[in-house]
Amino acid sequence: MMTNPNGIVTQGQFSFLPPLTDTQITAQIKYALSRGWALSVEYTDDPHPRNTYWEMFGAPMFDLKDPAGILMEVNNCRKTFPNHYIRVMAFSSVRGVESPTMSYIVNRPKNEPGFGLVRQETEGRNIRYTIHSYATDKPEGERH
Amino acid sequence: MTDKIDIQALLEESHINEVLDALDKNLVGLVPVKQRIREIAAYLLITKARLQLGIEAAKPSLHMCFTGNPGTGKTTVALKMAEMLHRLGYIRQNHVVSVTRDDLVGQYIGHTAPKTKEVIKKAMGGVLFIDEAYYLYKPENERDYGQESIEILLQTMENHRDDLVVILAGYQDRMGTFFKSNPGLSSRIAHHIDFPDYNEDELLEITKLMSDAMHYNLDANASKAMQEYIQRRKQQPHFANARSIRNALDRARLRQANRLFNDAIQNKKQATAADLSLITEADIRASRVFTNHNITDNKTG
Repeated sequence: MMTNPNGIVTQGQFSFLPPLTDTQITAQIKYALSRGWALSVEYTDDPHPRNTYWEMFGAPMFDLKDPAGILMEVNNCRKTFPNHYIRVMAFSSVRGVESPTMSYIVNRPKNEPGFGLVRQETEGRNIRYTIHSYATDKPEGERH
Repeated sequence: MTDKIDIQALLEESHINEVLDALDKNLVGLVPVKQRIREIAAYLLITKARLQLGIEAAKPSLHMCFTGNPGTGKTTVALKMAEMLHRLGYIRQNHVVSVTRDDLVGQYIGHTAPKTKEVIKKAMGGVLFIDEAYYLYKPENERDYGQESIEILLQTMENHRDDLVVILAGYQDRMGTFFKSNPGLSSRIAHHIDFPDYNEDELLEITKLMSDAMHYNLDANASKAMQEYIQRRKQQPHFANARSIRNALDRARLRQANRLFNDAIQNKKQATAADLSLITEADIRASRVFTNHNITDNKTG
């Protein structure tokens, strides 16, 4: 990918930065908690940008006061899915917002094969373009 | 790193004296408990100084066990303890999550672990107070899920020592058997504090503190009646120290309200502010503790 020199998936916040350390993740969680947002941990092995709904790792965590509990869950998820994408989401329940307010990747597969460009010839000499993740050629759970 | 440290400054900056003074003022009796808490506070302060000087490397284990009969102030002291630990910087949040067996142990296989973990996550950074902790272990049922919960707790107490302080509470004898069957748990608890029962004078003082807090007055005769009430109530089963006093006062308030209400309806009497806050001898003497001597259930009042 020409625009992505690191060859890694860039989705959500901080994805152009080097991977966040646990201290940095804790600081981000702390910020979310200070705003009264509920955090949750999600994972997937399909990196397509339109794959919006990832699998939930446990229920969203409401009523937590301290980042340590969420970091513990992040580490549990890393242990269970060391070769998946894992993200932390913050959800605001404020009326009128009621949607995710933060989302950042905290774990990546060791090998990210990236995306290929697929060309489809249609009516006339028109061409339709789409991207295809090499990882999804393999079945779920064996992709990375 | 300096070699000298000003303990006085450390003490003032943490403001734990205020917590200790409040403890002395608001809690009647409990002299050995207060003594132990002062010792723990001193120990933690010195440990903090040692940590700052680099003599001590790891934070001490802070898990505690409070034993004593019901109504002896275990929960109240746990709240104060959390405040003290927070001021000394041993926990990050000044919050206590109070749970019992129901909150930790699930109904079926696979239900317990997520339940316990959820509670632990909520308590992270503060204090997890497990009331009636001995219920977690039921020796008569080997398939009981409580054991699973204890194992998760143990693991967290060990691995997240910086994030969580666990306080177990319960009757002394039952906690004894509980620890005997879970030696791993016992060895991870640094401080055991035993809460003694209150004597009659202390209970009367508690009555005064409680009624003051509720803005009620007991006149001289009512106080005398209360003294007698305490003597009788103590002999009866299910006596729960300060909690029984609170219940007795609540029922006396009920009777007082009823009396004023009837006065107003039948005798068209006006009530002053003093009348509204006065509990008389009759309000207390109407209790069943005075009339019925052979009460065996806990519906005494």
